[in-house]
Amino acid sequence: MDSAISEAPAQAPERTPLADAADTGLKIVIVGGFGVGKTTLVRSVSEIRPLNTEEYMTQAGVGVDETTGLAHKTTTTVAFDFGRISLNETKVLYLFGAPGQERFWFLWDRLFSGTLGAVVLVDTRRMSDSWYAIDRLEHHRTPFVVAVNRFDDDAAYHSLDEIRQALALPGHIPLLDCDARVRSDGKRVLITLVDHLYKLALAQETTT
Amino acid sequence: MTRRPVDTGSPDRLYTVTGGRSHTADTTVFDLVTLVVSECDPTPGMQSEHVRILTLCRHPAAVVEIAAELRMPITVVRILLEDLLAAGRITARRPRAAAAAADLPESALLKEVLHGLRNL
Repeated sequence: MDSAISEAPAQAPERTPLADAADTGLKIVIVGGFGVGKTTLVRSVSEIRPLNTEEYMTQAGVGVDETTGLAHKTTTTVAFDFGRISLNETKVLYLFGAPGQERFWFLWDRLFSGTLGAVVLVDTRRMSDSWYAIDRLEHHRTPFVVAVNRFDDDAAYHSLDEIRQALALPGHIPLLDCDARVRSDGKRVLITLVDHLYKLALAQETTT
Repeated sequence: MTRRPVDTGSPDRLYTVTGGRSHTADTTVFDLVTLVVSECDPTPGMQSEHVRILTLCRHPAAVVEIAAELRMPITVVRILLEDLLAAGRITARRPRAAAAAADLPESALLKEVLHGLRNL
């Protein structure tokens, strides 16, 4: 496949290919309510422009759409964004921005089994969105950290201590501030998560 | 949000693409981040979606990237990939040992990830 010259460039979508030696894809999921800045955070650290894709969800039997009273199955789609970071020649990290709404969690296992961990992105003006995400991550036994996206127009500034209390977040779960638009902040959030995962893994390995 | 309109206009097209199949393909082979690599060039007469996948995967591409490029739901793309895999036209580099959801990843891998992130 060394004669790529004959390919019509007009048809080729704009994308940056991975290294040919890439052999291991890894996942980190960023969970948060609508407008909290998930895509912004993905964009700040991704080596590609964030892409968008979708998955089918059959609603029959999941109790989401009971109000319609439809007897037959209905299929809808759930959309999500993702970005990519090549960590080295062989390891590629994919970052997924996952909407925190209820119906999304029915797809968690199908999409995100084997994920390294998650970042819960919090908007202090809509804290209740985060309670649900934290509850679901605990249910799925996915380790996570909590990052507060500081918005400029947030009139009532809450300290991290206040937020930890409001979220009833145990002391061992990292909680940090960030500006999702800033690359160094996005990087710091991811490092905080993976460092947390690393310590959990070490603790588990020494007890077994 | 960079959200495209959902592809509601053409369910018939998706039905045709998969030959009417809609089962959930084996997600352990084609995880979202399984990396797919072409093992041959497209040939004349091949289904157009297969051509696009084979062209796209001259360099490794994750299942989720293929779905985004083809603008098709993950489930549909998995079925297309199963066909290509069965025909020996692609290979699949699966993510780490399809670990059980509750298993923590091992520290050596995480150390490598940390190192990669710090070097960004």
